Amino acid sequence: MSKQYSQIGHSAPRIDGPEKATGAAKYTLDLKFPNMLYGKILTSPHAHARIISIDTSEAEALPGVKAVITHKDVPTLKYGLSPARWDENIFCSDKTRFVGDKVAAVACVDEPTCYRALKLIKVEYEVLPAVLNFLTAMDEGQPLVHEEYANNINTEIHQEFGDVAKAFAEAYHVRTDTFIGQRTYQCPIEPHAAVSMWDNGKLTIYSSTQSPHYFQYYIAREFGMEMGDVRIIKTFVGGGFGGKLEPTGLEFAGTVLAKLTSRPVRMFYDRAEMFAHNRGRHAQQMEITTGVDKNGKILVAHANFKMDGGAYTSLGIASAYYAGALLPMTYEFDNFKFDMYRLYTNLPACGAQRGHGAPQPKYAFESHLDNVAKDLGMDPMDIRILNARRPDTVTPNDFKVNSCHMRECLERAREMSGWDEKKKNRVKGRGIGVSTGSFVTGAGYPIYRTDLPHASAFIRLNEDGTAATLYTGAVEIGQGSDTVLCQMAAEAMGYRYEQMKIVAADTETTPLDFGAYASRQTYMSGTAIKLAGEEIRKQIIDMASFMLSLPPEDLDVDNGVIFSKSRPDKTIAFEAVARKHFVLRGPMLGKGVYTPPRLGGSFKGAPVGTSPAYSFGAQVGEVQIDEETGEIKVLGIWDVHDCGKVINPRLLHGQVHGALFMGMGESVWEEVQFDDKGRILNAELANYKMLTAMDMPPIESEVLDSYEPSGPWGAKEVGEGSTNPTLGMFSNAIFDAMGVRVNSLPLTYEKVWRALKEKREAEAKAKADEAKPQAAAEYCQPAAPA
Amino acid sequence: MINRTITDRDGVKRYLITLNVNGDARTVLVKGNAILANVLRDDFNLTGTKKGCELGDCGSCTVLLDGTPVDSCMVLAVDADGHDITTIEGVAVNSKLDDIQQAMINYAGIQCGYCSPGMVLSAKALLTRNPHPTEPEVREAISGNLCRCTGYVHIVEAVLAASQGKLVPGEHEYPREEGGSI
Repeated sequence: MSKQYSQIGHSAPRIDGPEKATGAAKYTLDLKFPNMLYGKILTSPHAHARIISIDTSEAEALPGVKAVITHKDVPTLKYGLSPARWDENIFCSDKTRFVGDKVAAVACVDEPTCYRALKLIKVEYEVLPAVLNFLTAMDEGQPLVHEEYANNINTEIHQEFGDVAKAFAEAYHVRTDTFIGQRTYQCPIEPHAAVSMWDNGKLTIYSSTQSPHYFQYYIAREFGMEMGDVRIIKTFVGGGFGGKLEPTGLEFAGTVLAKLTSRPVRMFYDRAEMFAHNRGRHAQQMEITTGVDKNGKILVAHANFKMDGGAYTSLGIASAYYAGALLPMTYEFDNFKFDMYRLYTNLPACGAQRGHGAPQPKYAFESHLDNVAKDLGMDPMDIRILNARRPDTVTPNDFKVNSCHMRECLERAREMSGWDEKKKNRVKGRGIGVSTGSFVTGAGYPIYRTDLPHASAFIRLNEDGTAATLYTGAVEIGQGSDTVLCQMAAEAMGYRYEQMKIVAADTETTPLDFGAYASRQTYMSGTAIKLAGEEIRKQIIDMASFMLSLPPEDLDVDNGVIFSKSRPDKTIAFEAVARKHFVLRGPMLGKGVYTPPRLGGSFKGAPVGTSPAYSFGAQVGEVQIDEETGEIKVLGIWDVHDCGKVINPRLLHGQVHGALFMGMGESVWEEVQFDDKGRILNAELANYKMLTAMDMPPIESEVLDSYEPSGPWGAKEVGEGSTNPTLGMFSNAIFDAMGVRVNSLPLTYEKVWRALKEKREAEAKAKADEAKPQAAAEYCQPAAPA
Repeated sequence: MINRTITDRDGVKRYLITLNVNGDARTVLVKGNAILANVLRDDFNLTGTKKGCELGDCGSCTVLLDGTPVDSCMVLAVDADGHDITTIEGVAVNSKLDDIQQAMINYAGIQCGYCSPGMVLSAKALLTRNPHPTEPEVREAISGNLCRCTGYVHIVEAVLAASQGKLVPGEHEYPREEGGSI
């Protein structure tokens, strides 16, 4: 069992709890500044259209309109994730590429005037044929979304590790399955918003952002400014889930509107505009082939994928690499081939959504693995335990795994869920499924090329020692980073969490941190903060040594008290020592910085998926299917995680619940649907169908006693990894219940009902014609993607 | 009970209405199409009432209208004239948090916090009309409030705990050592 600590390992209440519970917490849309204007963006009503002309004169003449801007008023520099694929402009100049593409913007005295002004902007379009199906986007004769990208190929990946051909040749059983994953959207409840303002050549933007640093970098680059002249301040953020990791038109257009009017400009996306901006999960076609030996040991896997990138790169090139990179993580095999095309279409761009790139491939692989187990007559749990990754191993694509309790997660989930019992005593219409997941604990490399450290922090003691303030660029978006980082700071200092204050995520007052993505805050920011806290601890002990006339080696500090290790009666309060330090030596500061070690291989794309540590987890779910209607009732979900040392148990389990909730929505309900003109059919929450409190099944969440040697106090990730097993788990539970597989997400009641109907019809036909073998009915064809 | 209207020089009619917000009578001039959520946020600076969809889907803008939870984005301000409105700012009395607020904090029913004001008000209305609800009753009462962060697990736990006066979770529920099961 791991060591007891006074500040970490406890469910401290959130540091921002009272503000959020009373409505005092200010989100970007709650901010008001004197003389503030309101801005809105005009977007394309066509999926693909040439812009013939834009006439803003009527809009400009409307009383209350203070500025109208188009592509002529903004830099023409393209932006995006990687220099090779900078493909997006602030405003479209030649053509628009999806319904929602940015065309113009206005700043007005109030929002109603903005909406009237937008209607007065006359844009003449020549509508072009659009690319709406990513599966045919590469075909000859298809229109091009971007003229400079032939065959609509945004990204092409071909990776091969080990001897794939030999392993397939030697395999006892080879099987191929194809699955379809749908487009989903992050759906934070808080809309994107930004308030931009200028003062003497300095730009300040309050934003609902997951990374003030990246916003600062991108905006400075776009406008040719020094980074030091751009200040990004994160307000309270009402959820991100990947969708708030890159700047939007709100920051870019807001910057220009604020400059032109010399007034603060507040902008936001309403719910339909959020859906149109999107950057959600890519729709994907996933063909998986594996070869196994006669015991079910995986020898080789080939992932052959296509993904719908939408109109721009966004963060999607990383999603494309992640889709394959994390596949060989939970199971050990040496031979792996990954082919991927990320294709441009005239639909909103896709990007990073919780579990970045990994959940759908995991769904495909885990569903496929159950098919393989069935072919071999194996229990799905047994084939997973047989193949489970072990600690201190290296994946075929050169990811080094330290701590890993994959096998124990599966064994514990088997026990908790009553797997063996339920497999033995079958109930009609009921099924149980298992799946695994894993995720990075922070990305090994930054989003843009830089040698800057990934995280840094400092801690300042108040002069009388009654408070300590943590300054960090880490980004609280709801996951609880402000709370756990203060717990970690207090633990490292020997101080008390209750006396911690925090200043975070403001590029001018807090030190660099890359922000909230890739599950990195607890580990990477936490490592920097631990070092900062240890600098304070050392100074406190030095001063206490002077005050108590005891050698520093004999002293320790915990929970705000400095004590002698040899003479327990000798103690002194932290506050007294801190005050004395200030009087004699001046302000007490501690600082820390974190840069990951050099990680990964040297092949093309090797950096994506690298991480100093990986989480592991297993989920089991039990469902009851109504054969008449296809309705899926979830009887229970059991989740077991290996996430290293737990800093705050209650917040950690909250992450598991939220990830599972999101995964469950993606499994059964959620899908962004388009009409034949590329317009979103369900750009609102009622028909996008997020789960309500009444839809959530009982969840049992458990963590293993685990220790990651490279992490602060042994911690590693949890927030995204818990989404990865969920889709496959549902797929497998439904398969177990029905005996037929629905091969496309979401696994809706309708698809389940159709699969059952086809099964019944096939069985009836087989009965009628007894000459034919019955096995043909075992696997139904994939349902047509919606 | 519209008291008075004024028509401006463009012919737009405005209504003088009085809302009893968190115990204070607040008089304001609004257009006929003004929604209650905007009047609370923009005219009274009560920004604890959040807006997430403006279609009555998300429940972030929930307020109590004469004690009943409503989506304030779906209520015309003129229809609220003369009525009692409780926003999240009116839940804590003299800076003492309501039991539901305290339980939401202690049980980690709050993550990003954007749904929390609406969630607290829906729960408050439930416990006022039904002080000892069952779990399904709690789930039903908050089913009009969407949360993207928590999977509702800790929210439901917090509301049930508040109804039992158990505002601080026992350590045994999440053992000090390493998380544990729920």
